[in-house]
Amino acid sequence: MFIKQLSIFVENQFGRLEAIIDAMGKSGVNIRALSLADTTDFGILRVIVDDTDKAKSALDEIGVIAKATDVIAVYIDDKSGGLASILKLITDAEISVEYMYAFLSRDEGKALMVLKADDEARAEKVLTENGVALLNPKEL
Amino acid sequence: MKYWQAEYETMPRAELEKLQSERLVAQVKRMYEKVELFRNRMNEKGLTPDDIHGIEDLHKLPFSYKQDLRDYYPYGLFATPMSEIRRVHASSGTTGKQIVVGYTDNDLEMWADCFARMLIAVGADENSFVHVGYGLGLFTGGFGAHDGAVRIGATAIPISAGNTQRQIQTMIDFGSTVLCCTPSYAMYLGETIEEMGLKDKLSLKAGIFGAEPWTEEMRRQIEEKLNIKAYDIYGLSEIMGPGVSYECEYQCGMHVCEDHFIPEIIDPDTGEVLPAGAQGELVFTTITKEGFPLIRYRTRDICSLNYEVCKCGRTHVRMNKPQGRTDDMLIIRGVNVFPSQIEEVLLKVGGDITPNYQIVVDRVNNNDTFEVRVEMSEALLSDGVKGVEKVERTITESLRSTLGIGPKVTLVNPKSITRSEGKAKRIIDNRKLH
Ligand SMILES: [Zn+2]
Repeated sequence: MFIKQLSIFVENQFGRLEAIIDAMGKSGVNIRALSLADTTDFGILRVIVDDTDKAKSALDEIGVIAKATDVIAVYIDDKSGGLASILKLITDAEISVEYMYAFLSRDEGKALMVLKADDEARAEKVLTENGVALLNPKEL
Repeated sequence: MKYWQAEYETMPRAELEKLQSERLVAQVKRMYEKVELFRNRMNEKGLTPDDIHGIEDLHKLPFSYKQDLRDYYPYGLFATPMSEIRRVHASSGTTGKQIVVGYTDNDLEMWADCFARMLIAVGADENSFVHVGYGLGLFTGGFGAHDGAVRIGATAIPISAGNTQRQIQTMIDFGSTVLCCTPSYAMYLGETIEEMGLKDKLSLKAGIFGAEPWTEEMRRQIEEKLNIKAYDIYGLSEIMGPGVSYECEYQCGMHVCEDHFIPEIIDPDTGEVLPAGAQGELVFTTITKEGFPLIRYRTRDICSLNYEVCKCGRTHVRMNKPQGRTDDMLIIRGVNVFPSQIEEVLLKVGGDITPNYQIVVDRVNNNDTFEVRVEMSEALLSDGVKGVEKVERTITESLRSTLGIGPKVTLVNPKSITRSEGKAKRIIDNRKLH
């Protein structure tokens, strides 16, 4: 089960990030998860939103480029060792994690992580086979 | 019939060079005698016609320039008495004073033959209807196409430019099969025909488009809208008019009618001849023209030449579509940089779309700074910083290997590069050199 992540190009300019978040907010898009990676010249903002198409066209209007990628969001038991057990499954299958970031969960006692592996299809398979719950795009 | 003048069009290179040499020697002799400016420039270089033995000596000859045509306006550079001039053409150019050129009977014959070669190459014959939508007047386009059509025995439709409704009606009623006009007008015709829903009523098979720059994207659109194959033709009135070079059925560069015009590619800065395949300024020498001959005329067009024999069997060298004008050339850290070279690199990196870009040059502590700003697109974007940094590096490295100097590449937001009247401002040169 994949969900869509939007990667957004953020020019290193004062107020740029704010303008991007604001544009999505004004169009009624709800941001569920977010992470920012940056260099001295630019940043890449990754977001999970409830309506990818709407977010993309809102960004387009303010001249910001965004690209959709498939990622998986994993439910993790909100207790010590919860994340480690998931990562062990992935690592044992010789899959590398490219990045991950936290997600706001609506479920008490469960944490949510966005996970991007070098082989998303296999990661998805391994986790599902081991009974790990993945976020359904309908839940966004 | 595949060729119009097979003997010349497919002449083996050695033979062709011999013919060019003979013609060049004769031309230099005649011009030295008849054209004062040429004689003076030869004398300044300490040259006489006896120093020119063949095309190997071409590089010794003095250049000629557009300004010469203005300085010797109207007939100062003509090489025959006006009684032998059968027709004149003129162009106003973008910078004021018009220039005028003249043709003898032989010149007009030669011109018709050059255009005829192209018509045959694109599949026209005596059953074709050639729709001449270039202006028939002082501009060379209209008469060039018209004479070419008559030469191959086709039916010429000399409708000239303008009045789109009438153009379309005529095209349908008269059964035009070959359309000759400017690419932008072809585009407009195509759009109008599409709107009117008349595409099915056309008999067009091919289009010959020139006289202004156009892109491959325009070619695709014109071909789609008019349901034709669109061919590129090159010419300039100083040298002859349309037909100096033309695309054959393989559309892989434009064959220069080398038995009449010798092309060279030079470094526009130093005037030195560049090796085959290099990009630089296109220079033409007319070796058969009688009325208005020119030696080593600087076209200011930037292109390159390909001497490989074409699949079509023609041996004549192919020039690529001019990539720009020398006027656009930048000298950065002593290296010549053409915006077109940057475009080529970006086209490859951008997945067949040229991203919008801007070149920013400045001088800091007596050193040139060189920045290329590239507008971000989905094709260049990835979900991580590393991926985008890799794109930056790829662009930087490709530019370094193409240009010989490496710029700082900055990725910027789409539509953030200044545009005026829809065109992006490509070059910002902040150096105060004068
Ligand atoms: Zn060819």
